[in-house]
Amino acid sequence: MKTPRYTEIEGRSPGFFALMAVLIAIIGAGVISAFIMHGEGHIITGMTNRIVWGTPHVFAVFLIVAASGALNVASIASVFGRTVYKPLSPLSMVLSMTILAGGLVILILDLGRPEHLLDVPLTQFLYNTMPERWTHSVFGWNFILYTGFMFIVGIYLWFTLVKRHNKYAKTASMVAFLWRLALTTGTGLIFGFLVAREAYDAAILAPMFVVLSFAYGLALFCLVLIPAYAWTGRELGDVIVNRLRKLLGIFVAAALYFVIILNLTNFYSAAKADGIQNFLLFGGNSYSQAFWIGQILLGTLAPLALTLLPGFKSRGALIIASLLVVIGGLSQMYVTIIGGQAFPMDMFPGKIVESVIGDGAIAEYSASLYEILLGLSGIAITLFLAVFAMNVLRILPESLADKDIDPHHSA
Amino acid sequence: MSQNKVDQYRRQFLAQASAVAGLSIAPGVILNTVHAKPADQAASDKNRWGLLIDANKCASNCNKCVTACHVENGVVPAGKINYKTDAQWIRKVKLTDRQTGHVQTIPMMCQHCANPPCVDVCPTNASMKREDGVVLVDKHACIGCRYCMMACPYNARSYIHEETTEQKYPRGKGTVESCTLCVHRIDDPNGPIDPACVEACNAEGHKANPF
Ligand code: SF4
Ligand code: SF4
Repeated sequence: MKTPRYTEIEGRSPGFFALMAVLIAIIGAGVISAFIMHGEGHIITGMTNRIVWGTPHVFAVFLIVAASGALNVASIASVFGRTVYKPLSPLSMVLSMTILAGGLVILILDLGRPEHLLDVPLTQFLYNTMPERWTHSVFGWNFILYTGFMFIVGIYLWFTLVKRHNKYAKTASMVAFLWRLALTTGTGLIFGFLVAREAYDAAILAPMFVVLSFAYGLALFCLVLIPAYAWTGRELGDVIVNRLRKLLGIFVAAALYFVIILNLTNFYSAAKADGIQNFLLFGGNSYSQAFWIGQILLGTLAPLALTLLPGFKSRGALIIASLLVVIGGLSQMYVTIIGGQAFPMDMFPGKIVESVIGDGAIAEYSASLYEILLGLSGIAITLFLAVFAMNVLRILPESLADKDIDPHHSA
Repeated sequence: MSQNKVDQYRRQFLAQASAVAGLSIAPGVILNTVHAKPADQAASDKNRWGLLIDANKCASNCNKCVTACHVENGVVPAGKINYKTDAQWIRKVKLTDRQTGHVQTIPMMCQHCANPPCVDVCPTNASMKREDGVVLVDKHACIGCRYCMMACPYNARSYIHEETTEQKYPRGKGTVESCTLCVHRIDDPNGPIDPACVEACNAEGHKANPF
């Protein structure tokens, strides 16, 4: 296999500027929304004292989970020795960092008092990682996991791009791979630790997040890779495209398997079967719709067909499949995060609970435009940073044509 | 495992959950006499504060404790009342037994849990538990992430969704707050004073709230 020649993408064409302008406009809309939210308070959003995490968290958690998944292509190439994917590694690393950045920006802008973050001494966060707090603030832990991820993947990228450091890249990839597993597990645990809430009270949630991350990350990867090659006139051969297509299909199938296990487990627990489980899956509400139509039909079955059935061989099919996986992922987060809060907690087992603030009743929520714009701006930030990185760094191989990546390939 | 944890958090309600007994005991209840704490002395674990609520005495049509609390602490809605987003430091909850149909009401506020999940999850340690058992939020450290609200099993916390008006003690939009057990009263330099809800309940003659 030839060593690929990496080059920057050009940054002067009208197309490039148009793309950047659109992304900046979306980011601007999101940032302005966040400012209005801080000026007026969260009162203008759909969030309440019952639904305390709204649409921004749906996007943010999706992106954070997808970030570690985007690193997969690099991990497959180096940790698992699949050299076909090797030329794609740098893009995979860069994307994993920019996706994480997009997710974190949403989280920070959605805070009630982001400025207090600056007042909280770092030691407070570090304190949360002390042994006596290990079972405590997973949020504090995640802070370390996120910054560590950026740092490690950054070093991994540096070792990969700079020739004389190449020899360390393998070790770095191993560390990055383990770290990303920890990161997704940690994100899953944010919910796993909320013992009071039935929807999250499952040991399987953290591993499920890891499996979901594979599909979400790869989908975003395809959504960047294919247009990047098409719009810059670089060649992207069928070998790579078909590999990615198959891989996405396998990841989506694995995710489906975990989703089925999780739901079956919940049905076996009698208390949950006619409580939260019934509510989320058969409640005839926006959550059950998001589950069946968004997550299962659009986000799982359709992409499975588009990736694994022999009839769909085009790039367009892979793009659509990837888009659908993203829609499915956002739906899944909506069901888990918002649906999980909407269902009332069983505060007094054996009692019907009522109060003016709606204890015991299903909480209503409808997303506001501010929240949606803030969420979308996270995706725009991810893409903006990714395009910017491709423009200043040499991370894209000039050609991924079949003959360049697979010498045994006969056209 | 987590079920045990929930049970642990709920333990103070076990007595209450059965129709026979009517007691809800907040943790850290002490039954010895309380001596005034000199003003310069920090909160210590010598005294552990708690509320003892006799659900059988709580009158279903009475809302005095709620009003008293919100007047005392300046917790008033900024605009017109909106139960979904207004701060509720204390609220009345109606409980109907699924089997017997027995109806009770109780005031519901922060339980100042023995092992508070809100404190466990707080990333900035703004949520804290004093030595004397009172669980508080440091408004200057709270970043408004609402993780504590996700963790609280009693919906006891409120997020401040809009600018506050007529505040008496520091409150702030974008932070989280909940019952303080009237720390300003129990820390009174001349000796602890009953929290406002307790005072109101006793004055009403229901005496559901011996402090
Ligand atoms: S806020 Fe909730 S979890 Fe925290 S001490 Fe009060 S009742 Fe317990
Ligand atoms: S909202 Fe404030 S008090 Fe609650 S967990 Fe976050 S920082 Fe801590």
